[in-house]
Amino acid sequence: MKDLLIIEKTRFHGGIHPPECKDLSTRQPLQTAALPDEVVLPLGQHHGNLAKPLVKPGDSVKTGQLLARNEQASGACVHASISGEVVAIEPRPVPHVSGLSLPAIVLHSDGQDEAFNNPSLPCWQEASAEELLPLIQSSGLVGLGGAVFPTRTKLAGALDKGIDTLIINAAECEPYITADDLLMRSRPQALLEGIGILQKLLKPRYLLLGIEDNKPEALQALQEALPGSAVEDELQLCVLPTRYPSGGEKQLIQLLTGKEVPSGGLPLDIGVLCHNVGTLAALADAVVKGQPLIERIVTLTGKALRHPGNYRVRIGTSVEKLLQQAGLETQQSSRVIVGGPMMGFTLPSTQVPVSKAINCLLLPTAEELPLPGPEQPCIRCGRCEEVCPAQLLPQQLYFYAAHQAWSQAEEQQLFDCIECGACAWVCPSEIPLVQYYRYAKGQIRQLNADAEKAEQARLRFEARKERFEQEAKEKEAKRKARAEAAAKVAAAKKSKQEEADESPAASSATTQDAADAKKLKQLKVAKAAATVAIKKAEKSLSNLQASADATPEQISEQQQRLAAAKEQLAKAEAKLAAAEEG
Amino acid sequence: MLELLVNNPVLSALLALSGLALVIGLLLGFAQVKFHIEGDPLVEKIDQLLPQTQCGQCGHPGCRPYAEAIAAGEAINKCPPGGETTIQALADLLGREPLPLDAEEGVSSDKKVAYIREEECIGCTKCIQACPVDAIIGAPKVMHTVIMDECTGCDLCVEPCPVDCIDMLPLPSELQNWHWPAPPGPLAPPQARLIASDQAEAVKQEAQA
Repeated sequence: MKDLLIIEKTRFHGGIHPPECKDLSTRQPLQTAALPDEVVLPLGQHHGNLAKPLVKPGDSVKTGQLLARNEQASGACVHASISGEVVAIEPRPVPHVSGLSLPAIVLHSDGQDEAFNNPSLPCWQEASAEELLPLIQSSGLVGLGGAVFPTRTKLAGALDKGIDTLIINAAECEPYITADDLLMRSRPQALLEGIGILQKLLKPRYLLLGIEDNKPEALQALQEALPGSAVEDELQLCVLPTRYPSGGEKQLIQLLTGKEVPSGGLPLDIGVLCHNVGTLAALADAVVKGQPLIERIVTLTGKALRHPGNYRVRIGTSVEKLLQQAGLETQQSSRVIVGGPMMGFTLPSTQVPVSKAINCLLLPTAEELPLPGPEQPCIRCGRCEEVCPAQLLPQQLYFYAAHQAWSQAEEQQLFDCIECGACAWVCPSEIPLVQYYRYAKGQIRQLNADAEKAEQARLRFEARKERFEQEAKEKEAKRKARAEAAAKVAAAKKSKQEEADESPAASSATTQDAADAKKLKQLKVAKAAATVAIKKAEKSLSNLQASADATPEQISEQQQRLAAAKEQLAKAEAKLAAAEEG
Repeated sequence: MLELLVNNPVLSALLALSGLALVIGLLLGFAQVKFHIEGDPLVEKIDQLLPQTQCGQCGHPGCRPYAEAIAAGEAINKCPPGGETTIQALADLLGREPLPLDAEEGVSSDKKVAYIREEECIGCTKCIQACPVDAIIGAPKVMHTVIMDECTGCDLCVEPCPVDCIDMLPLPSELQNWHWPAPPGPLAPPQARLIASDQAEAVKQEAQA
């Protein structure tokens, strides 16, 4: 076992010391929330595309059964967190600031909580990456620290690039939140086993766990569990000075390694991978027990709750029901905050399910966390710049965001802002700085998406124009070809005619023959016509004779016609006979 | 020769200057031939600023023709889909005065997409021919439909439809395209800090008081 490493100096710029208020939820041991009657499982709880449902309403499912799958690498699967019946697949509001809905699978419990038999790898020490990665993918694991990035994708990236240092983030610097603290106190073995799996999979040179010095119980639990665990010799426990935001990924990396993640880059670019403790415990559950991500630890805290504490909550449990269990005093509570007071957001409604991303539900009273006062003008005091852990210029970014100077904001590295809220915390003018940055980021992303779409539309428009031109050209070519063919035929005829005119002697015999044949044909036609005329005349004559009201003039006229026709026939026959003889 | 130049400073200066002019002139001429650019780069830049809806509301058959017209001196305020932002960007690029948008009706800023009521479609293919970005699929006497992701919301398919089965609908608000709203700004009244649904309530309460 390695000695404890105590880091005394914060190596990142800025940072603040907000009141911790963590003892509110650490007095009670980890509890298990009651099994919910109904769970709502949104198909997009992770970062990435929506998962596709594999079940339909009416199906009965067991706890841990796969309900929706995501084929894309950037997606995660959704599993049944209780056993029971699929009632509906419909849009339901998700825990998000906007209060918008996403398609979700709604399950009604049968009260049995019968577990589905998922594959597991209890002997992970012998398993290969090819066996572990699909298991991680199908267990729906995402980063439980807050970013909800699919774990498989992160690990596959690390396997591809190779890493030097694996950092386990146990800093949990945000006030009020103690989910990771209680996890380490109550389930250190699971966490160490999860670390062991990653150590086996990624083989990093250094294995560091960073924990703030305000969690001595958790540290002790880890130290007690470490001897005899899989990572006894490799794991280096590092104690960090408490300072917000030391649990930010980039800040923790800087604290532990002294290296800075490049702007716009990933920790992987400097050979570092960072994982949250909650994710690693869930990873151990998935690999060893075959239990996918169907529950997580949620801190329920704030002075408006009678029983604050940490609860193991099934994913999809209604926030409202959960708060009732924790003894919500509706009169006292001013709002429901998801996450902590620094980076969290206010829920528009409690009629939403607990998603994989929720690590804390904070219910402060109005006195405990008063709403910010009206925003005052910036006085350029520069305090925000002193505390910014990303070494940005918050007041400058604020001016650019407020005046919608997007390109300047981007030049000032707006996208390196981690939205930790330290600047807004110290701002004497109570400017909601983070909201300005979020607004600016959203607008810039929208503009970029619009530009991309415009480019796509331009390409399609140009392709269409080109196609029309091509079609017109083809038509023109065909028309030309036809005209040329017609001209050729005409020329051939003409030349034939000329030939015939020029050398009548040569072709006289054939011409004579052709003329004779033609004449014969004509005569035959004339004979046939005459025969038809006679028949017609005869018929009409007989008709007239048969009818009662025919006048004698009509009959005589018809008789004359018949006579004429007969004469014609005789003539024609004579001519034909003469021609045939000739 | 050298002596003549030394004795006549005016002549030598003249000779030197004219020699220099000749060399520079040759260089410039060479550069013009060597680094000649096909087409007008300004048109490309203007075209990139236009929204590429290809709607023809500017009176040109598409965005590129309008870009060419702007480069030739036409007004920059004839693009309703681009709105004020495009006018501002064009004004910045061309160093012209930004003008108010020249549109007959007020332009709504929310984006729309065409939607074909499929049970009413008779399959005449007229909208397919009208669509400037090939965003409508279908065949003669078979129902047509719009590829929503490709539709630019240009309106050009609405008019040719003989049975009026095409609607222009605003894009549904989805989580994927939701963005944080702008903060109310300094010294905004406390009311502005409430969400929209609570604002009506607050106004009511104030009226009662």
